[in-house]
Amino acid sequence: MAFAWTPACAQQASSPTEVTADAPGTLDNTPPSRGKLFNDDKLLLTNGVATVEGSSGGGLSSWAVIPGMETDHGIGISAFVTGLSLRDFRLEAHGVSIGIKDRLALSYARENFNTLSAGTALGLGHGYTFRQDIIGTKLRLFGDAVYGPAWLPEVSIGAEFKHNLNAAVARFVGAKQSAGTDFTASATKLMLGQSVLIATTFRLTNANQFGLLGFGGDRRSARSAEFEGALGYQITRTLVVGGEVRTRPDNLGFARETGAHDVFVAWSPRKHVTFTGAFVDIGPVATFRPQRGAYLSLQITT
Amino acid sequence: MALVRISRLCAIAALALAGFAANPGFAEPPTAPGQTQADVDWFKEFGVDKPKRDPVTGELPVAPYTHTDANAGAAPFEGAGMARAFGGQDGIHQIADRLVDIAIVDPRIKGVFAASDLVRLRRTLYEQFCYILDAGCHYSGRDMAESHKQLGIMNGEMNALVEDLQRAMRERHIAFATQNRFLAKLAPMKKDVVRR
Repeated sequence: MAFAWTPACAQQASSPTEVTADAPGTLDNTPPSRGKLFNDDKLLLTNGVATVEGSSGGGLSSWAVIPGMETDHGIGISAFVTGLSLRDFRLEAHGVSIGIKDRLALSYARENFNTLSAGTALGLGHGYTFRQDIIGTKLRLFGDAVYGPAWLPEVSIGAEFKHNLNAAVARFVGAKQSAGTDFTASATKLMLGQSVLIATTFRLTNANQFGLLGFGGDRRSARSAEFEGALGYQITRTLVVGGEVRTRPDNLGFARETGAHDVFVAWSPRKHVTFTGAFVDIGPVATFRPQRGAYLSLQITT
Repeated sequence: MALVRISRLCAIAALALAGFAANPGFAEPPTAPGQTQADVDWFKEFGVDKPKRDPVTGELPVAPYTHTDANAGAAPFEGAGMARAFGGQDGIHQIADRLVDIAIVDPRIKGVFAASDLVRLRRTLYEQFCYILDAGCHYSGRDMAESHKQLGIMNGEMNALVEDLQRAMRERHIAFATQNRFLAKLAPMKKDVVRR
């Protein structure tokens, strides 16, 4: 049994700062979150909420944060469902994402864009629905959104592979492709001293209306560099209010596309649940007047 | 948690050694009937001197180090606003004490404190908070890297401590924005606290 009598034992037993006689039963202590795969240890709301494209962010803009409540020793899983009721259309999105060691994110989202009665006017039929699948991935390169120097944000790069399921209609309105890939580079920081969160993303994309009207167009087919930004103010530990802006390409000749913006409230009553409400304006869609409306999202996370 | 694991290993070793000594057949545990593991005087078992608490401060002795306010790991706030918001030295004392009370029973991190000198921890934590909040204290503890180097703290445990501190401040009705201003001073310390 001599193997167990190591210098570490001797040092520990004799080191006065490491051993106290007045902590009986400490040998039985096992911190439960240690070694847990789903450790749930991330700080509230620092995982962000799912964007309509499934990546973690603020709803409209992508952030550098990795989804899930895991830290660098665990795995987190997140699921969301979002409804956006616009003047003439209705967007429903849902999806899941997984965060691995607060380093790598993989996400899947489905978008269903219902044209309601506008579908009739567009000659597509009432309730014609554009659908899109999005597989996303994000890699945190360096930095920490919460800790570390205030000037050093969390920085991530990502890609979103978008597959439009309405290829014929997308081509008919002038789109060059029915599938496309966005590339993103994001920086996010919670300025604790001010309780302010700042998130910026540059996105290389040729998606028309997020990709719901295909990719590239008669006016421009190549990707352009677009900007996404979010400002949030943390009112309490569980409540954040803020606003987002997002520029978008304008590739299609038949209908102008503009930027989008919103104001939002995110509330996380407990670690596993976040509700997001927003008022969103995505500008004109397919010749229809500017589309504004209420956004409601539920995210369940571990 | 390496420390606990080593402790356990040492305990097993000691059990085994004592068992051998008492009975070559290795059948008898080293403890008398009715005696629990916690009752064993390990200092005696290992033949080392039990560290003696200072009769005045009640603290265990530590190896010498340079005392400087720089060890607090953050520059203090300027002006009396933060100290006032935290209720002066009395309020800060209560928050620091309350944080220790919460943390040592928090199942996520109580193991980190299992081998800590809590008397000393309460004092140095108070001094650190008081110094950073500019409430008229000097910090006499070790720096953050030195005081955490053997604890093997992980990111999630740092977050747990932040949540416990938030709770302690919330209980004292510190405004959330003020809590965050204070946390902003502590956040850069993570690189010295989190070791794996």
